[in-house]
Amino acid sequence: MDYTGEHLLPGILGHFFIILSLVASLVATFAYFKTTRSKNEADVSSWKTMARGAFLVEVLSVFAIFGILFYIIYNHLFEYKYAWQHSSRTLEVKYLLSCFWEGQEGSFLLWSIWHCVLGSILIRKARNWEAPVMTVVSFAQVCLATMIAGIYFFNWRMGSNPFVLLRNEMDAPIFSQPNYLSLIKDGNDLNPLLQNYWMVIHPPVLFLGFASTIVPFAFAIAGLWTKKTGDWTKPALPWALFSAAVLGTGIMMGGRWAYESLNFGGYWAWDPVENASMVPWLTLIGGIHTLLIYKHTGHSLRATHFLFLITFNLVLYSTFLTRSGVLGDTSVHAFTDLGMNFQLLAFLFVFLIPSFVFYAIRYKSIPHIVKEEQTSSREFWMFIGSLIFFLTALFITIATSLPVINKIFGSNFTMGEDAVFSYNRVIIFVAIIIGILTAVIQYLKYKQTDLKFFRKKIIAPTIISLIISTLALAFGNINYQEHGLGFLGAIWFAMVCSIYAIIANVSYVWIGMKGKLKLSGGSISHLGFGLMLAGILISSSKKEVLSWNTSGIFVQLGEKNKITGEPGENLTLVKGLPTTMGNYNVTYESDSMHPEKPLWYYKIHFKNKTGNEQFTLMPNAFVNYKGNQGLMANPAARHYWDHDIFTYITSLPDPEKNKDTATFKPQSLKKGDTAFYSNGYYILEDLTSQTNIPAGGLAPDDKVFTATIKVFSKNNTSYTSKPFLINKGGSLYPIQDTVTSENLIFQLTKADNNAAELGVRESNSIMQYITLKAYKFPFINLLWAGVLIMVTGITVSIVRRVQLNRSAREIENLTL
Amino acid sequence: MKKIHIALLILIAATIAVLISFMGTLSTYDSVQSAMKKKGKTVSIIAKLDRTQPIEYDAVKNPNFLSFVAYDSLGGNMKVIYRKEKPTNLEHSERLVLKGKMSDDHFECSEILMKCPSKYKDDMNEAKKNLQENAAASPANTSTTQYQ
Repeated sequence: MDYTGEHLLPGILGHFFIILSLVASLVATFAYFKTTRSKNEADVSSWKTMARGAFLVEVLSVFAIFGILFYIIYNHLFEYKYAWQHSSRTLEVKYLLSCFWEGQEGSFLLWSIWHCVLGSILIRKARNWEAPVMTVVSFAQVCLATMIAGIYFFNWRMGSNPFVLLRNEMDAPIFSQPNYLSLIKDGNDLNPLLQNYWMVIHPPVLFLGFASTIVPFAFAIAGLWTKKTGDWTKPALPWALFSAAVLGTGIMMGGRWAYESLNFGGYWAWDPVENASMVPWLTLIGGIHTLLIYKHTGHSLRATHFLFLITFNLVLYSTFLTRSGVLGDTSVHAFTDLGMNFQLLAFLFVFLIPSFVFYAIRYKSIPHIVKEEQTSSREFWMFIGSLIFFLTALFITIATSLPVINKIFGSNFTMGEDAVFSYNRVIIFVAIIIGILTAVIQYLKYKQTDLKFFRKKIIAPTIISLIISTLALAFGNINYQEHGLGFLGAIWFAMVCSIYAIIANVSYVWIGMKGKLKLSGGSISHLGFGLMLAGILISSSKKEVLSWNTSGIFVQLGEKNKITGEPGENLTLVKGLPTTMGNYNVTYESDSMHPEKPLWYYKIHFKNKTGNEQFTLMPNAFVNYKGNQGLMANPAARHYWDHDIFTYITSLPDPEKNKDTATFKPQSLKKGDTAFYSNGYYILEDLTSQTNIPAGGLAPDDKVFTATIKVFSKNNTSYTSKPFLINKGGSLYPIQDTVTSENLIFQLTKADNNAAELGVRESNSIMQYITLKAYKFPFINLLWAGVLIMVTGITVSIVRRVQLNRSAREIENLTL
Repeated sequence: MKKIHIALLILIAATIAVLISFMGTLSTYDSVQSAMKKKGKTVSIIAKLDRTQPIEYDAVKNPNFLSFVAYDSLGGNMKVIYRKEKPTNLEHSERLVLKGKMSDDHFECSEILMKCPSKYKDDMNEAKKNLQENAAASPANTSTTQYQ
């Protein structure tokens, strides 16, 4: 059948470039392999030329694929499944890039792009290491290219191609019409959760972090391969630092996104997907520290190999976890199964097995020092620190892998009652130990430390830290008793340790480095790390729920949760009715709608009960958005330097359910009479009648009766309602009046001098309300500042290491 | 033995101890029936929402009370009480992972993880339905105008 209106050329080009990139990366891998293995100069240079050419073709193909896919999404070519599935016409341009990372294909493509960028830099900068390192990178590119190939081998499809046509992928009656495309009005759109600016930048940074872990891995492999063991550590160090900085930033950007959009009630929920991204960072940090030990003392080279090898393999493992669908029952935001599990496992094992077999074979030949490290030496404690990072990674990996363990052993374990706490109670001790080590280690010297010297240097920072800690604990009001006094004690201890880490590292810039900031990359990063620890401890242990449901106007009157003994976390606000929430009086004032999307904004006014502080927050929510039934809420936050107020909608009235079933109940009252309703009482204050109404259409003797009703609700608020009744030529026309916040509708059905007959209706459907949660996060900014400072510190170190390597090379060249 | 090896052994022993105690905090996936046998213990039950029964949630009366009926693949069913807000996609969920404790007459749920067909929109059935709705050229947001 001939279909009309399709644009098939981009797809054909896309397919072509995918195949080209697959072939080019295969050629590059093979040619780099031969370059590394060749003995004579001529072979090396000809293989290398070929390898570089092939890699260049690979780079161009990958960028072409990216460009074509972007063209398809940008022009809303919904004949392509990817564009239809992940975008829509109303999607803002700034979110178009996010469509790439909503789908698995696009995120593999992103990963591949970063490998291209890193590979191009390596070709320019890696010199002797180019061939073996690029063999590994090119091989990874082969694997990534297969992920988006979409080629069939008999009945098995390798990879998922982003250029497939919608009509080939789906069986729907409309595809039997040649003009089906004109019937597809719009795409499925981007998941509203991803329509957030953090989601535009978090995935690229995170993927750059993931992609860059291949560089230290490739250097470690190259070291084993070329038997130039140890030499590789010099060029690898800046790369490893870069990877740590970017991966760390990427993870915390994800945390920031979770904090601002995902309604997890925080930046970190120990969700398996978050864990899987953090674990490689931990081992990478371990590897950087063992590498520094090796540089200064010759110890720990074997451990460095191991940690860099495991880091990249853990990235592959996390790819498997998040994309295979095994986390389906445990994670809120894993990708769904694309039927590529075999391929994902193969991707993992094709690196895991060879790299560790290779490591085992060469293990003996990796130099190590037999002489024991002194316990007073810096390297001893740095090694302990690295080991703790590794063991923590191991613990988190095992805990995160429960679904995998269940699959392998047929068990049926899952996280316990309080998943977050089962992590926190372990991690708090890691924080304590790492906090102390971070504070103290720099004051030790490599090889051996004179204890007198050590004491002299560390005494001042220790005393200052103790004073500040005491003040912080005395006045900081950290009383998180949810998990008992033991855990509170641990939090206190960890607070002291993180303060120690902060103070000791700030002091070290002067005591150890004489204020030379360029040399203090390590101290600056450690300071950032300490601030992060402190920020995490304070903000998690002092997080306050503001929306405790204690409002008195509802039937339950702040009924406590029978199980936890606490009132619930959700609070319902009726439009226009100020409600007490924590220290604030909160009013749901109004709402408005996005001009093009079913996106609603709710204006919520906060007024501090004691101070002058008042502000308005506008949390929003998508309502019944394109197949996503129900609401998807985005919170709004008010930022202060020392805390954030954070609120989001959890429930809205369902118009279907609230079909008005209540009827008017008749109520006869005389002037001054009182009657009750479910939430208070009302008084008929006055009843007046009027003739000679100047309004149009009324004859002079037509009458209008007005009843003035004063409503007193249980919470001492009073309202006045004025229903009226028009008598037009003997026919009666009642005009109702409503008291919105009390659910009351009054109707005047009969009026006679002092006696009125009212119709009173109580109904939920007239009530406009929202249900929300609100939190207060104190000192969250310490965490973000800590991240920034840590990344700055690492950057200072990268610059320093690159300079050192350069001048070392220059000296080498001079002496040759 | 080197001191570093001793430290290594201690830390590994500590890790094992941590893992064992971690295993102690774990719960298990259960069916409704097997959960009945361990009342008061935290379990996770993979179940489906019983759409023939009403979902009880009224944010005006109490925004922290939700009650519904769920059944598992073995046919066991139970009343579930969840003392938080109603997850927004509950009615449209395909599968529920309910964590909580069984009591005499209901399942006291502390956590609901929903698997919705369209959460990440890779499920083709829901998507197909959307496509047909789109193709029928009905204005996309008629249902939402009611909120005004």
